[in-house]
Amino acid sequence: QLYYQVLNFGMIVSSALMIWKGLMVVTGSESPIVVVLSGSMEPAFHRGDLLFLTNRIEDPIRVGEIVVFRIEGREIPIVHRVLKIHEKQNGDIKFLTKGDNNAVDDRGLYKQGQHWLEKKDVVGRARGFVPYIGIVTILMNDYPKFKYAVLFLLGLFVLVHRE
Amino acid sequence: LRKNVEDFTGPRERSDLGFVTFDITADILNGKNDLQTFRNKNTLIIFDWNVKQLFLYLSAEYSTKNNALNQVVLWDKIMLRGDNPRLSLKDMKSKYFFFDDGNGLKGNRNITLTLSWNVVPNAGILPLVTGSGHVSVPFPDTYETTKSY
Repeated sequence: QLYYQVLNFGMIVSSALMIWKGLMVVTGSESPIVVVLSGSMEPAFHRGDLLFLTNRIEDPIRVGEIVVFRIEGREIPIVHRVLKIHEKQNGDIKFLTKGDNNAVDDRGLYKQGQHWLEKKDVVGRARGFVPYIGIVTILMNDYPKFKYAVLFLLGLFVLVHRE
Repeated sequence: LRKNVEDFTGPRERSDLGFVTFDITADILNGKNDLQTFRNKNTLIIFDWNVKQLFLYLSAEYSTKNNALNQVVLWDKIMLRGDNPRLSLKDMKSKYFFFDDGNGLKGNRNITLTLSWNVVPNAGILPLVTGSGHVSVPFPDTYETTKSY
């Protein structure tokens, strides 16, 4: 009986993992779904909105697109719009970004001495979004007790359900 | 869309800086009641029930010796649902500095200015749309050391 429960739990976890990995492959992005963390893209996106990304190499980066990128050495992804691009014949591209709600472009955010972003800094391009849903992730991050409570309840639910 | 080039100043930090003043007349359709008329004219209904806002931007696209493709956003505007969908802006100056990566603006005959927008829905897909009509603008062969802008 216990063996069955454990197997079941394992199945749920591995299915979730497969779906996530599958999404990563289909979209080409290492993080196909991200939560907006700041208000720098208001009024289009607010903290807690969920963004769906793709990162296909065939899609060129063009101005006006909303990109999610990471600055070298920092973990937190940033969601802003492309303001300028300079692309060479061979496809090498360097670009500048700016948050819609910010007065200045992002040069101040980049690494010391870095003036442009490159393809390698991009996590993905925003293709679609759903508002509010990501608030749960932000809450879980800001209030660890809430995270443990949610996990605990989930675990409890799975166990009780199998009885 | 009508635009004019004003002047063109000398390199700062060895890069070309261009100045463009422009007029924008655009009619971004607002579809609510007049569904019938719009269908007959075969035009797009842009502000439908799922559109929260449009992010408009005027971009300049050109090529230089250094870079095969350059795109620079000169001006942008957020048009919220309910704002007047007809734009009639005159003598606008660019919001952002039009720096080239290098000296590719001098004598460049073919800078194409286009108006595009990002449709931001209440929920769903985020498409980028380009407006019809674009204007080509040439830059002069000489620099101007300039005064006020």
